Amino acid sequence: MSMSATGTVDGRKRARPGKIVAAVLRFLVVVVTTYLGLLAVTFFIGRVIPIDPVLAVLGDRAPTHVVERTREAMGLNLPLYQQFFIYVRQALTGDFGVSVLTTNPVMTDIRRVFPATMELATLGTLIGALFGVPLGVLAAVKRGSIADQIVRVIGLVGYSVPIFWLALLSLLVFYARLKWVAYPGRIDIVFEYTFTPITGFYLFDALWQRQWDVLWDVFRHIILPASLLGYFSLAYISRMTRSFMLNELQQEYIVAARAKGLSETRIIWGHALRNAAVPLVTVIALSYAGLLEGSVLTETVFAWPGLGLYITNSLQNADMNAVLGGTIIIGSVFIGINLLSDLLYRTLDPRTRQR
Amino acid sequence: MMHKLNGRLRLLTASAALAMVMATTAPAFAETPKDTLVEAFAIDDVITMDPGEAFELTAAEITGNTYSMLVRLDINDTTKVVGDLAESWTVSDDGLTYTFKLKPDLKFASGNPVTAEDVAWSFERAVKLDKSPAFILTQFGLTGDNVTEKAKAADAQTFVFTVDQPYAPSFVLNCLTATVGAVLDKKLVLENVKPVTPTDEYKYDNDFGNEWLKTGYAGSGPFKLREWRANEVIVLERNDNFYGEQAKLARVIYRHMKESSGQRLALEAGDIDVARNLEPGDYDAVSKNADLATTNAPKGTVYYISLNQKNANLAKPEVREAFKYLVDYDAIGSTLIKGIGEVHQSFLPKGVLGALDENPYKLDVAKAKELLAKAGLADGFTVTMDVRNGQPVTGIAESFQQTLGQAGVKLEIIPGDGKQTLTKYRARNHDMYIGQWGMDYFDPNSNAETFTSNPDNSDEGKNKTLAWRNAWDVPELTKKTKDALLERDSAKRAETYKELQKTVLGESPFVIIFQQTEVAGYRGNVKGLKLGPSFDTNFVAGITKE
Repeated sequence: MSMSATGTVDGRKRARPGKIVAAVLRFLVVVVTTYLGLLAVTFFIGRVIPIDPVLAVLGDRAPTHVVERTREAMGLNLPLYQQFFIYVRQALTGDFGVSVLTTNPVMTDIRRVFPATMELATLGTLIGALFGVPLGVLAAVKRGSIADQIVRVIGLVGYSVPIFWLALLSLLVFYARLKWVAYPGRIDIVFEYTFTPITGFYLFDALWQRQWDVLWDVFRHIILPASLLGYFSLAYISRMTRSFMLNELQQEYIVAARAKGLSETRIIWGHALRNAAVPLVTVIALSYAGLLEGSVLTETVFAWPGLGLYITNSLQNADMNAVLGGTIIIGSVFIGINLLSDLLYRTLDPRTRQR
Repeated sequence: MMHKLNGRLRLLTASAALAMVMATTAPAFAETPKDTLVEAFAIDDVITMDPGEAFELTAAEITGNTYSMLVRLDINDTTKVVGDLAESWTVSDDGLTYTFKLKPDLKFASGNPVTAEDVAWSFERAVKLDKSPAFILTQFGLTGDNVTEKAKAADAQTFVFTVDQPYAPSFVLNCLTATVGAVLDKKLVLENVKPVTPTDEYKYDNDFGNEWLKTGYAGSGPFKLREWRANEVIVLERNDNFYGEQAKLARVIYRHMKESSGQRLALEAGDIDVARNLEPGDYDAVSKNADLATTNAPKGTVYYISLNQKNANLAKPEVREAFKYLVDYDAIGSTLIKGIGEVHQSFLPKGVLGALDENPYKLDVAKAKELLAKAGLADGFTVTMDVRNGQPVTGIAESFQQTLGQAGVKLEIIPGDGKQTLTKYRARNHDMYIGQWGMDYFDPNSNAETFTSNPDNSDEGKNKTLAWRNAWDVPELTKKTKDALLERDSAKRAETYKELQKTVLGESPFVIIFQQTEVAGYRGNVKGLKLGPSFDTNFVAGITKE
């Protein structure tokens, strides 16, 4: 690895600054068109949903003149193209306005809800990958065995059971009956006013401030929803790992390695999995991105103040500022994660570097 | 060769098991702090905490606990009011001038004294801001131009309020119990105003602290608002400057939790003290649990089905009557709304002045068929109903669909999100709609005005009352509703509302089904929890924990 890596770096240094510029440009074009598409779609959805946005601001009981005044103040009496123009201009300046539901600037809200979702998604993906990959490998190696069947059933259940049902059931078992985990929410009210989060990632913040009792409490709150999300990504990751591994195990280099007398462990973990890892990174990255959008149902059941709940609430209330802000964040996350998995590709697969 | 792999798996399993064992070392039973009450409550309706702007049910509860008004509903007899900041009041003989004397030595939570000037300024502010609840005050003839004259301080202890017509005193006083009448700490709010550029619609150069008060606090109630984080938490703390009896608890925390079953689990586990949004099944389970208790109170909200009079079939008087015979009230009462409501067929909720407690309709398919035949619809017809997702409305709609079917009427249910069905309803584009109406203020006029008043039935009509939304054109009833406001004899006034209710029962396009009961489940060690007759009277100051 180290040998080939140095070689490539040299190779790349020598080569084509022009190509790099072209790559960067291509990337920028993709980003800009993606964002514009996002803006157009959110704007369009916001205007076709048969909900009067003024209702969201005022509720049902406001008198007529207040409704009219608010409609004008919100610019809803302008022609559509003007509204779209205003909308794009706002987005470009990074000003998403104020959320009508929370009365905070949208960016403030997102800074608060996004870490909650990200913490949950990161832990969930970690759990999913940590358990999913070995299970998938096991299933592939022992193809057709009982172990394979069990992994398949685990995957199938993870795929087909509605998450809110499983969430409620797990609350019932692990929280209400066994009392292993804490109740819905991110942190106990006892700590609500003694603990000041800095980054919004509570596990990290508690660790950083060495507040061990807080850390333990936060852990007890996050572990169940994270495990659930982890289980769902596990279901997907293990299935994909199995099929990638099966594909690799049939390759000739495996036969060659066996002929060389390498141990089976090295063949599976050192050779086959390393090659399967390349597409696997995409799978894991995509499932991570999916979780970062915020799992609405999980967040509802566990009263988790995350991005999914925030955007859904906003959309249902036609709170377009918040929807716009949230969508841009999700778009950025997708673009960022795609970029990240591209970079990971390059480290994992020498071929992508030498082309 | 697989041994090693199994070995790794074993390690994984072992560490997972270890993690679980470690988890069990946590305390088996959670408990909230002794001086803090934790309520699980769906608080996602809150959009502002400014009493001059807020009109949502949860905000009403918070304002009711954190602010004082001139007068309050008498909890023991809700057809009357008692003084809050006001010690006494008089009404002039012409019925136009109300003079309030404040109690001595009142203080805001900030320590500033409460004076008649604060009262006058609170009125001025609400009228000038002219947000959703402002009409409760402006209906007495207040405008931005005259409010400083009509609502003013005669001296530090005397507030004089002048109305434009000799209204029934009960009407005026009931309206002053509304949260928009909350008295604000003028000095404190003025420190937090934001300048704005005057426009044609808004003629003032500042926001009267509206932006700050959306999440801020400037009151004198038994509790002060410490924090509101949308869809997360509302925290109240005891106000040591409160003029009356001090609250027993140091802190009340409302935690946003939407899901009934989640609330029940948390209540059973002791992580919360009170669960506020229990559905019938969970409420039932809580009431059977020896460690827990339940309480309930009828609230000023009625659920109804309405028939748009723009639909030719629904406009026939026989059809309107027939539909009232096609609701299975008994079945709905004993299942779908068990514990959370009771059958109630007139538009004034129980507890309000003049409320009629008569439920003449029963499911009677034969009678309904007879009426439909008389309307020339013996073979039935097809009609749609917009129903927002969620219970109990969906269940009631399905029950109604089935009973209508027995009389040959085919009902198509159009499900939708709440705001979506409401948008359609407000545009009068529905056939039928199932919804609820909560009182804006605790006076019979609040519901009478919406059910029986429709000053302009044209599509341009400005007054989008429920009668307007269903195109029910009733000029005589509109006048009668208006006249009731000027009836200064409370008994006679009550009589007029009884007559109005009887007319609505018989002829209106409203099939009123039930009155909402608010429920709460709580832990056995919570004492003194009592839900009030309105949302702004769910007081927490009297609650203790053992």
